[in-house]
Amino acid sequence: MSNQQPVLEIRDVSIAYETAVGPVQAVSHVNLTLDENSIVGLVGESGSGKSTLANAVMRLLRGAARLTSGQILVKGQDVYALSPQELRRFRWNVMSMVFQSAMTVLNPVMTVEQQMIDVFRSHRPEMSVREAHQRSLELLDMVRIDRRHARSYPHELSGGMKQRIVIAIALALEPSLVIMDEPTTALDVVVQRSILDQIKELQKERRFAILFISHDFSLVSELASRVAIMYAGRLVEVADSQGLTLADPLHHPYTLGLMRAIPHLSAEDVEIEGIPGNPPNLVELPTGCAYHPRCPSASAVCEREVPTLRQVGGRAIACHIFDPEKRGEFAHVS
Amino acid sequence: MRYILNKVAFFVVALWAALTINFILPRLMPGNPAMAMFAKFGGQLNPQALHALELEFGFSKQPMILQYLTYLKNMAEFHWGLSYTYYPTPVKTVIFHSLPWTIGLVGISTLFAVLIGTGFGIYIAWRRGGFLDNTLPVTTMFLQAMPYFWTATILLYVFAFVLHWFPLGHAYATTVTPGWNLPFIMSVLYHSVLPAVTIFLGSVSGWIVGMRNNMINTLGEDYVVFAEAKGVSSWRLMTQYAARNAILPQVTSFALAMGLIVSGSILTEEVFSYPGIGFQLTNAVLSQDLPLIQAAFLIIAVSVLVVNLLVDILYSRLDPRVRTGGGVQ
Repeated sequence: MSNQQPVLEIRDVSIAYETAVGPVQAVSHVNLTLDENSIVGLVGESGSGKSTLANAVMRLLRGAARLTSGQILVKGQDVYALSPQELRRFRWNVMSMVFQSAMTVLNPVMTVEQQMIDVFRSHRPEMSVREAHQRSLELLDMVRIDRRHARSYPHELSGGMKQRIVIAIALALEPSLVIMDEPTTALDVVVQRSILDQIKELQKERRFAILFISHDFSLVSELASRVAIMYAGRLVEVADSQGLTLADPLHHPYTLGLMRAIPHLSAEDVEIEGIPGNPPNLVELPTGCAYHPRCPSASAVCEREVPTLRQVGGRAIACHIFDPEKRGEFAHVS
Repeated sequence: MRYILNKVAFFVVALWAALTINFILPRLMPGNPAMAMFAKFGGQLNPQALHALELEFGFSKQPMILQYLTYLKNMAEFHWGLSYTYYPTPVKTVIFHSLPWTIGLVGISTLFAVLIGTGFGIYIAWRRGGFLDNTLPVTTMFLQAMPYFWTATILLYVFAFVLHWFPLGHAYATTVTPGWNLPFIMSVLYHSVLPAVTIFLGSVSGWIVGMRNNMINTLGEDYVVFAEAKGVSSWRLMTQYAARNAILPQVTSFALAMGLIVSGSILTEEVFSYPGIGFQLTNAVLSQDLPLIQAAFLIIAVSVLVVNLLVDILYSRLDPRVRTGGGVQ
């Protein structure tokens, strides 16, 4: 391969929210790499920091959120080293984002076409009005929306159509990286399926990388080639999606818990188990491994030390169980 | 189109209701203007004269329904009777001589307040936490909190009475000839400065603060963040994405404020002896000039309705959701 440079490198990124009770660490020391033309899933419960991380990549952190450590490189470019003007041009040309809320992400007083043309007007000032218009219609074709909807206003479209249009807008300038922050969460299952199929198809055709964020574990493991699992602001496991089955026991206990919680249509007698307890409050994180109060395999060391990611059988897992030096602590676990 | 027809239909019905109430109210009161005038002359008029006056004022012994139809006909033909204060000047003449002054003064200063206030509202919300954002709402709100007539009196005292920078009252100097000539126009502008400033100061804060708050809300909307991410320029982001949505509630407030233009500012006109409709209305009330009061109320009602119709039509141009009824088809 001539181009070995990853599309996205997240290096030791930590993000904190300034609050009245002091800074709250939403993301801690996250490392993640996306290769060109790949789909990586980022899974976690609500509040685990996945959307915060997505916004940090786009440099869209607002209000009280601050990047407190680390670097984010997109195609080798440090996103936080760009001037505001450079950033404006960098976004959408190189990286774009599909937001979670398809319902509210389009301007209610502008037609769909005007909102598409705005992308071309902002990034391709040399492009003629006629050409921008033509390109917008092609974008609608791409996501299979009738051209007559170019002149529709967002309130005249269904949720699924709006999300397709948002995807079309995100792909307008053919970026190398598209961040999709729960693009199907607000939609019903049938529409969700057709949008996912469309995302897969477009990705095959246009070969861009996707960081796909979701709380739906089964959906992500089906779509992505690699899955990163986030818990309380830390990555607990990064694994190839083929290996994410219960048949393979080499996983973080949290991943195992997630996999046990997936219902299967075909199996009759498989018990579906939830994970006991609740996601932790980021203001008062448990000491050591944040997952230890809910972990069935937890031992004394888990309360003391924060585990770091280590290579275990081709995947990275942050759990003391896989630390040979601490093997003795886990004698109680078979 | 359907939307506009609906609004026009509503306008016609509301206008009819206003006219009818305006017909009924004076007839519910004891006596009539003719009798009041008869009494004023203290028996110097004979019964025939009273009858003539009653006919003149539109009060006759005819059945109500016929009176009502005659009234509607007269209203449509602008036969509004004779003023009692300025007898025998027709009410129409009194109204049409005072209305332009009010619309000119109050209308233009309100328009200025709306445009300038909204503009500043957009700007200070965009530069939230900046110097202007910290000072402008507070100072203008302080000025707006003072009653109109008080601000008017203070301005009059300081700038007209003490400093002699501006005239003490009236719409133009007695030395100029009314008409489209430069000295007259300059005199009108010169005389309108203090009352216009009073009205401007008394209302601009509402527009600034209202727009600022709407704008801050829309700036937090997802479509603004999305537009920022997709690289839309700051100017376009501020105007087309944020302000364009934030301005919608302002338009509604504007409709309400326009209705007050004709009736409002009575006190300002009173302090500056400005010959507007508010000034005339006060005089009419003081001297129980029923035909004039009735006509003034009619003008106020009609102007509120006309402005509301115009704003409804404007609103449908600004917000596509209004045109189709708002829901998903």
